[in-house]
Amino acid sequence: MTRVRSAWRVLLVWLLIAAGPAWSLTVSAQQPPPRPTKPAQDEFVPIDQLPPGEQLPAAPLLIAAYSVAWLAVAGYLFSIWRRLDRVDRDIAEAGRRLPRI
Amino acid sequence: MQRLFLPLTIVVAAMFAYAPLMIANAPFESTMLLVQKIFYFHVPSWFVMFSGAFLCAGASAVYLAKGSRDADHYAVTGAELAVVFGLMGLITGPLWARKAWGVWWEWDVKLTLALIVWLTFVAYLLLRRYGGPGSEKLAAGVGIFGAANIPFVYYSVNWWRTMHPKTTVVPTLGPGMRGAFWFCVLAFMLLMVLIVAARVRLERQRALVDELFLELED
Amino acid sequence: MSFLRVVWLVMRKDLIVELRSREILYTTLFFAVSCVLVFAFGFVREGQPMEDVGAGILWIAVAFSGTLALGRAFERERQSETMRALLMAPVDRPALYVAKLIGVMALMAAVEVIVVPLVALLFQAPLFRHLPMLLALLLAGTVGFTAVGTMFGAMLARARSRDVLLPVLLYPITVPVIIAGVRGTSALLQADPDPAVARAWLSLLLSFDVVFITLALWTFEPVMTD
Repeated sequence: MTRVRSAWRVLLVWLLIAAGPAWSLTVSAQQPPPRPTKPAQDEFVPIDQLPPGEQLPAAPLLIAAYSVAWLAVAGYLFSIWRRLDRVDRDIAEAGRRLPRI
Repeated sequence: MQRLFLPLTIVVAAMFAYAPLMIANAPFESTMLLVQKIFYFHVPSWFVMFSGAFLCAGASAVYLAKGSRDADHYAVTGAELAVVFGLMGLITGPLWARKAWGVWWEWDVKLTLALIVWLTFVAYLLLRRYGGPGSEKLAAGVGIFGAANIPFVYYSVNWWRTMHPKTTVVPTLGPGMRGAFWFCVLAFMLLMVLIVAARVRLERQRALVDELFLELED
Repeated sequence: MSFLRVVWLVMRKDLIVELRSREILYTTLFFAVSCVLVFAFGFVREGQPMEDVGAGILWIAVAFSGTLALGRAFERERQSETMRALLMAPVDRPALYVAKLIGVMALMAAVEVIVVPLVALLFQAPLFRHLPMLLALLLAGTVGFTAVGTMFGAMLARARSRDVLLPVLLYPITVPVIIAGVRGTSALLQADPDPAVARAWLSLLLSFDVVFITLALWTFEPVMTD
């Protein structure tokens, strides 16, 4: 595959993957009003029965969690891509040296 | 496999782009409301971690039994998957727990088991990296022992204590939540296939380079 | 040469070499004692040990000194280059594993003979109340820990960074042994001792031993072959 085609391929994939965080952030920023709660199903105390001082805003935690997930996946894919590139370059290098013997 | 690479990448990326929409539209869980939505990525990442761990162990066994280098490539891929997705689970878990349980960490079965398995495969990768030549076989031994250890850690920590939501969380999901959940599981599984393909290719290319350079020296 | 004969010969060799200098024995013993003392400083408040620490400290001391002993045992082989000689010998490789395992177990037994009374003394833990049960727990736990440790120690004998990699590899795998050992011993030490619970933990330890020794015997040969 030529350099130009593989570059387009990379760009396409990154654009598609980057769509993910963009979606997550816009979508989770819209928080619908809380529904009336049913009694707790197991050991948890329902959130609205906790005194206000103990309630944490959930949105930052949610956003942090999803960002971590995206970053981890993107970071790992990126590292594989970079290593593949380096190996391809090494192979080209070895191929160049071979006929000279 | 090569030809499927690009279509698979597009499918996975599209699924991940659509997933937040599904998650946002899924009904709220009654006691934990918004923060429970972390679970749509948290649980699938554990699925991938354990799949990675078992892939590593199985491939290690094949590598030791048959000496197949390709099996070794799959083993290291499994271990890397286990570490990356395990880390994801170990970070998203406490973020959820802080809101839902009030504490960042609890020594219950699932968390402790996940942590131990994660540590085992981090050790696997450290051994491969810093163990010097011939560490692939040693690491294979670690992979097998690590996977064999899973039931023992599970039972020992289980008898010790437990506080995690009951395992029946999945069957008792409301219909709206179930759809989003399994969609995310599918997305993660396909992502895992994609990563395995890419990573194994990387290892094979590396082995090729080593061979080429060795031939050059002759 | 039969399996058992190989085991006996290698064990005898290790024992004779060790008895000449007693280096590993004395240093590991001293390490175990210092370990317990350090924990004493950590966990004794106003002259009284904190609740329930005896069991934990006992097993931590066993784990730490075990790791040390394993590292030293294989280091000796590596330094005199006898590792390669052993591997080149036309014998069953698993027999080498068993011989090493028994050797390190003997060393750990010597260490535990000193550490158990010491912990009982310093932490006022009634360790001798249910002695047979405690001995069973210690035996099963030490076998489990040593089985995995000997496997990894042998594997790492020729690897780089072996000193730090051994604990890094060993501790996650031996977590069930530590949990079972501590909880089992704790069940015997508490104000209202519960031998049934201790028996349950003992059965976990025994199954761990069986599974991991079998695994080690299967994988020792392919792992140690280049």
